[in-house]
Amino acid sequence: MAPIGTLHYLVTAAALFILGVIGVLTRRNVVIVLMSIELILNAVNLNLVAFSRLWGLNGQVFAIFVITDAAAEAAVGLGILIAFFRNKETVNVDEVDLLKW
Amino acid sequence: MFFLTHIWLIPLLPAFGAAMMFFFGRKLQKTTINTVCVGVVVLAFLFACGAVWQYTDFAHDSPGKPYQTIVYTWLGTDTGQMNYVMRDGKPAPFQADVGFLLDPLSGIWLLFVTGVGALIHIYSTGYMAHEGGYYRFFGYLNLFMFSMLTLILGNNYALMFVGWQGVGLCSYLLIGFYFHRHSASTAANKAFIVNRIGDAGFLLGMFTIAWYFGSLRFTEVTHLARSGHFAIGDPIITAATLLLFIGACGKSAQIPLYVWLPDAMEGPTPVSALIHAATMVTAGVYMVARSNALFVLAPTSMKTVAIVGALTAIFAASIGLVQNDIKRVLAYSTVSQLGYMFLALGVGAFSAGVFHVFTHAFFKALLFLGSGSVIHAMSGEQDMRNMGDLHKRIPITHWTMFIATFAIAGIPPFAGFFSKDEILWQAWSSEGGAYRLLWFVGFITALMTAFYMFRLMFLTFHGRPRMSHEVEHHIHESPKSMTVPLVILAVCAVGAGWLGWPHSIGGSDHFAKFLNPVFAHEARVFQEEGKTAQLAAGEREEEHTSPIEYGLMLLSVGAAVIGWGMAWRAYRHADKGYVEPIAVAAPPLSDVLYNKYYVDEGYDYAFTGRRKVGDVRLGVMGLGEASSWFDSHVIDGLVNGGGWITRASGSLSSWFDKWIIDGVLVNGPAILSRMMSYPLRLLQWGLVQWYALVMVMGLVGFVAYYAWR
Repeated sequence: MAPIGTLHYLVTAAALFILGVIGVLTRRNVVIVLMSIELILNAVNLNLVAFSRLWGLNGQVFAIFVITDAAAEAAVGLGILIAFFRNKETVNVDEVDLLKW
Repeated sequence: MFFLTHIWLIPLLPAFGAAMMFFFGRKLQKTTINTVCVGVVVLAFLFACGAVWQYTDFAHDSPGKPYQTIVYTWLGTDTGQMNYVMRDGKPAPFQADVGFLLDPLSGIWLLFVTGVGALIHIYSTGYMAHEGGYYRFFGYLNLFMFSMLTLILGNNYALMFVGWQGVGLCSYLLIGFYFHRHSASTAANKAFIVNRIGDAGFLLGMFTIAWYFGSLRFTEVTHLARSGHFAIGDPIITAATLLLFIGACGKSAQIPLYVWLPDAMEGPTPVSALIHAATMVTAGVYMVARSNALFVLAPTSMKTVAIVGALTAIFAASIGLVQNDIKRVLAYSTVSQLGYMFLALGVGAFSAGVFHVFTHAFFKALLFLGSGSVIHAMSGEQDMRNMGDLHKRIPITHWTMFIATFAIAGIPPFAGFFSKDEILWQAWSSEGGAYRLLWFVGFITALMTAFYMFRLMFLTFHGRPRMSHEVEHHIHESPKSMTVPLVILAVCAVGAGWLGWPHSIGGSDHFAKFLNPVFAHEARVFQEEGKTAQLAAGEREEEHTSPIEYGLMLLSVGAAVIGWGMAWRAYRHADKGYVEPIAVAAPPLSDVLYNKYYVDEGYDYAFTGRRKVGDVRLGVMGLGEASSWFDSHVIDGLVNGGGWITRASGSLSSWFDKWIIDGVLVNGPAILSRMMSYPLRLLQWGLVQWYALVMVMGLVGFVAYYAWR
């Protein structure tokens, strides 16, 4: 078996990314959608760290930024979710259609 | 030289009187009105005498030198701001001012206008004593004197025209003095309108002179005309003089514009005497005499003047033969005598024409005032058929009118003989055979004049009384205010002619001598022209021998005496129901004459468009109707059309603004936006995951693009 190289990391990150995207697009529960968004962000982090091994520490620094950003975003997202739930009594994303014409 | 330098006072005095009447007349007493209005005219006469007396001093060394004083520059300036280009291309320094010119010609007119005017004003105080509108009458009369004096004393055509219009206006006001009478107001309209036709000619002539000579001042125009710069027979001068003569025809009642004068007898008798006998109607003669230098340069115009004058003389005399209204006879007599004056001017006998104006003023005014006295005595009766046998009852009127009748008939030694005879002699002795015909016309007219005038006298004063008894009881001689002017005028009618006692019977002809400087040059030029034309035509030169002159003189007197005799036979003992000899001898002729040759009806048909004579309808519209149709349909149509075009373009603009600017340019983009938004907003479903899908698809697109690069 070949040694684990950068390619393996990238493929893993891509797979996680695609899973996250499919989750965002397909799942009915808003909480699951938010979790999928976290999955996407984590896939990006993995990508960044994989490349930092080759090109310097910038990648890792940026990954720290992304983690911070993800945390803030999760907080805000959950705040919106709670506000929405208080109004509409549901977490079905199909019901989030107030902004139509 | 007070009177000369202050010559502008002469017209101003009556103007002052008129102004007083205008502002205060209604509240004034009769005596005040008398003092003011009659007083200003008498003063004007005294001033006029003074001015002419001082003029003879002024012109002592160079007789005929015109005295000119310019009071005020009216049109144009010294720097020539009203420059226009004359005919020969030079710029014209045009200037027309309020200026006064005194030379022998205007001096004579000034004297008799103010003199006769003063006498008529005095007469009017008696005649109009019982009439309403006393102050109005004298106001108008004074206004007339002002206008007439402006006309006479003006030093240029423009100022003369101001006076010309003024006298026309006053004629209208005074003829229509009894305006509540329909016939009077119609007659006033007729006078003014016919005058106006003449005025159009005067104006056009004036413009032509201004354009051709560059000036309107008499002194300058005469100087230019005499300078020999212009050829005799110059077409533009001929045109200008003919146009001026049309003006004279209107004002001085020549054919074809005489029709207003007989109807003008609707006005009070002093008005007829002043305006339509002595002064206003002579304005045309004055104007032609003043333009003598121009007329001499246009032999065609001279011939026209002479022919029209002679025709008018005989035409009007023939109508006067059968008229029954005493004032109508005198009116036609005036037209006829004016014809004599123009005949004189037309044959180059300018001073003879002016002399006849002078004598005519006296005896015609006397005749009119006398007829006024008769009418006053007859309690308003004017028809001679209802008069008769008045000579013992109103003796002063009778004798003064008789003197005037002798004068007008041309019986020596009364005034009319000298002037009329001079005219006839000049007509005969002018070069050219055709002028003999004019003499003959004048001769026949003299016969007719004598006849109808003596007819008037006999019918009015002699024969059996033909009036009603009431009227007969009231016959009384007129008051002194009326008879004294009659007597004064009678003295003048006798003596005025002696001023022009011709050389051939031993006189020294002061009148012609006085006027010599004004006319001598022109008379000579005219005689020269005639001689050249005659020699060219191959006739031998006429010798001016005295025997012919005496012979003609005897013939004129003979004609007058024959006329007198015929009238005596026919009318001396006229009783109720007398017959006119003409009616007996040739009834259709008598009808035609009595109806004035149907000229008024003819004018009615041609111009006013009266189409029904009784119940008969005649022809298509007259000139007046045609002009009025043209004005209301064509001209007003153009004006209205212009208005319609403006409104149509307005509505076109408003349509353009509403549909194109507002619709396409402003609303268009808005509508376009809205139309585009319909499909576009359908993209907003509100489904979050759908938006996310779209984002992902975009991302995939980008990646694919860069992957395949």
